[in-house]
Amino acid sequence: MSFRARHLLGIEHLAPDEIRAVLDLADRYVDLNRRTIKSSDALAGMTQINMFFENSTRTQASFELAGKRLGADVMNMSVAQSSVKKGETLIDTALTLNAMHPDLLVVRHPSSGAVNLLASKVNCAVLNAGDGKHEHPTQALLDALTIRRAKGRIQRLTVAICGDIAHSRVARSNLILLGKMENRIRLIGPPTLMPSGVAEFGCEVFDDMREGLRGADVVMMLRLQKERMDGGFIPSEREYYHRYGLDADKLAFASPEAIVMHPGPMNRGVEIDGEIADDINRSVIQDQVEMGVAVRMACMDLLARNLRSERGAKATGVMV
Amino acid sequence: MTLHFTNARLIDPEAGTDEIGSLTVSGGVITARDGAAPAGARIVDCGGKCLAPGIVDLGVKIGEPGERHRESFKSAGLAAAAGGVTTIIARPDTTPAIDTPEVLEFVTRRAAEASPVRIRHMAALTKGRQGHEMTEIGFLLDAGAVAFTDADAVSTDTKALGRAFTYARSLGALVIGHPQEPGLSKGAAVTSGKFASLRGLPGVHPIAERMGFDRDMALVELSGVAYHADQVTSARTLPALARAKANRLDVTAGISIHHLTLNEIDVGDYRTFFKLTPPLRSEEDRLAMVDAVAEGVIDVICSMHTPADEESKRLPFEEAASGAVALETFLPAAMRLYHAEALSLPQLWRAMSLNPARRLGLPQGRLALGAPADLVLFDPDAPFVLDRFRLRSKSKNTPFDGQRMEGKVLATYVGGTPVFEAGE
Repeated sequence: MSFRARHLLGIEHLAPDEIRAVLDLADRYVDLNRRTIKSSDALAGMTQINMFFENSTRTQASFELAGKRLGADVMNMSVAQSSVKKGETLIDTALTLNAMHPDLLVVRHPSSGAVNLLASKVNCAVLNAGDGKHEHPTQALLDALTIRRAKGRIQRLTVAICGDIAHSRVARSNLILLGKMENRIRLIGPPTLMPSGVAEFGCEVFDDMREGLRGADVVMMLRLQKERMDGGFIPSEREYYHRYGLDADKLAFASPEAIVMHPGPMNRGVEIDGEIADDINRSVIQDQVEMGVAVRMACMDLLARNLRSERGAKATGVMV
Repeated sequence: MTLHFTNARLIDPEAGTDEIGSLTVSGGVITARDGAAPAGARIVDCGGKCLAPGIVDLGVKIGEPGERHRESFKSAGLAAAAGGVTTIIARPDTTPAIDTPEVLEFVTRRAAEASPVRIRHMAALTKGRQGHEMTEIGFLLDAGAVAFTDADAVSTDTKALGRAFTYARSLGALVIGHPQEPGLSKGAAVTSGKFASLRGLPGVHPIAERMGFDRDMALVELSGVAYHADQVTSARTLPALARAKANRLDVTAGISIHHLTLNEIDVGDYRTFFKLTPPLRSEEDRLAMVDAVAEGVIDVICSMHTPADEESKRLPFEEAASGAVALETFLPAAMRLYHAEALSLPQLWRAMSLNPARRLGLPQGRLALGAPADLVLFDPDAPFVLDRFRLRSKSKNTPFDGQRMEGKVLATYVGGTPVFEAGE
C-alpha cells in the first residue's frame, strides 16, 4: 500500500503517490455515497472523536458523516466552550481524550502547529481539520479530487488561487499539493493579503486579477474573512469586489473551460458574483462539498489501515 | 592560594594571541605570565588545553525575585561555573522588576550568598519596565547597578525615553536598549518570510529591528548617552550600526550565541525551544552577523540565557514562551564558530569576555598582570552529545538538546579559586 502516513497533519508530509492513493480510494467512496445504502464497515468498532477548538459547521459535519458512513462511533466535542475555558492546556485535553482510546482524532485549532503538537502526545491517528494559518489538508485533497474529476488530470494545469492568501490555510495546503503534482500556480490578490516571502514560493504572483486569470484552467477563490474587510488589509468591501471579486468580466480572461472553485462559505458579492457561483457549467462548488465527504472517508480509511497494521491486529478487508 | 598553570594554550583577547605558555595567579589576581613556578604554588598542567579569561555574560535572566522555579542564583551560578562563565550580568526583567535600590540590594545579597561565580546586576531604566518614568538611576548606580535596561520591553514613549537617556548621560550610566519597533513586532513568533508563511506563523520583518535601532540612535545623538544594543541580529541593522560608530556616537552592540549558530529553519515542526526574542533569522543574516563579529562591528556575544519552564514551552508555538537557557551551552556553541573557522579563539573571547567587561567598566576579560584571576580551562575539541536533563539550570529549554557539540569546560576559576572542575 502506498499510503504510509500515521497522521494526516498536512500535505507537506505526503508524497505524490500517497496523494494519488487518497484520490483513487476517494473516487470509489464517491460511488458509494451516491447509492441509497451508503454504509461501509471500514471503521467498524473504531472510535472517532471530532475535536473542534474553533467553530465549524461544514467541516465538522463532513467529518462526522464520513465517519458514520464508515461505521465508526463518532463523537463531537466542541472544545471551544468547555475545558479550555477552565484553563486546561491543549496537551492535558489531548491526554484526557487519549485515555478514552479513540482511534481517530479529528482536530481543528486556531493556532498553527497545535495539531502537530497534539499528535506527538497521543497514540491514535490524528487528522488535521485546519490549524491556524498553517494547513487544511483534507480541503486540498478534496479540491484535487474535484479538479481531477472535472479536468481528467491533476497535473500540468494552470491554477489561479485568488484572494486572501496570507491568512488562508486552504491556500497553503493547496499550493503545496498542486506544486507536488507539478501544476503551474498563480497567486492573485492585493499585496497586503500576500504572505511574506511569496516571491520564493515558486508561484507567479499577480495583483492584477485579469492578468493573473489569463488562460487559467482552474480558478480557486478564497473566502475573505470579515475581520479583514474593514480598512486594515483592504480599503473596503466594495473596492475589493471591484478589483478582486470574480465576475463574468474577469472570468472571461480565464480559459473558456475553466472551472470555478470556492472552499465555502461564500461571501456573495464580496469575492464572488452570485451568478457565477451558481453557474452549473463553470462552478464546481457543490461538487467540492460532495468530494469532501468522500476524501475524508478515504483519509480515515487509509489511516485506520495503517493503525491496524501498526497495532498488529488482523486487518479486516475493506471493500467498497 | 597560588596557582601555576603550565603547558596552557593561552587565549589572550587583548593581545589577540593564542599560544602555549604559563600563567601564575595569586591573591585572586594574575601575577605572572610565562614565569617560573613560585615556591609552594599548586601546579596545574593544562596539557596543551586552552586557558582563557572567564566569560562575561551580558544579559542573563535569573528568576529571582519572582520566578525561582525557573532559575535561582544558585542554579544559575552552578550552570555558569560549569559553562566557563565567571561573571553573570543579570537582567532586571524579573517579577517585580529590579527598579529600586531596595530590590537591587536584595538580589545583590542573595546572589553573593548563593552563587559560586560573580553576579552583577543591571537595573531597569524605567519603573516597572513600563517605559514612562525613569528609575532612581543615581541611587541604583550607588547600589551597584552596572547598566540600565528595560530588557525586551521597548518604550514607545519616546519623550520619556529621551529624558531617561539624558538623565543617565549626566551620571555616566550605560543604557542598554532592545532595538525593535514594537508596532511591527507585536504578536510575531518568527521572522517573516517563506518559512513563516509556510508554517502559518505570524512573522516580523527584520526591518523592525532597524527601525528601533534608528529611533534609539536619534535619542543617543540628542542625549550623548552611552548605549549598548542588546542584540543586533539582522544585516539590515548593520549599516546603521556602522554609521553610528563612524559618527562617534558612544554605541556598542551585542548578539546572542543562538543567533550566530542557528537560523529560522531550525524551528522545523514548531519546536518551541527555538522560539527566541528577537526570532531566529535567515541563514544569510546569520552569516552576515558572524562577519560583523569578526570585523568588530558587533562587539559582544552573550548567551541571552532565558530560563522557561516546561509548561510554558509545551504550548502551540504562538502561545509558547520565548527564550532559551544557554549558560552551559554558550562555550560549546561558540566552538562551532571556531571549528567552522569563522572566528578565532581570541576573536571569540574578545566578544565573550573582554568587550563586555570593558563596556561595563569591569576589570575582567584580560590575561594581563593584576587582572582578576577569573579563568576558564577548556578543551575546544572534546565531543559530546548534549542531554538537556543533565544541565544544571533549573529550566532545560535548550535548542541544542540531542545535538553533537564540541568543547568541554575542564575547570573554572573565580578570583583564583576553582568553582568548577570537570568530573566532580
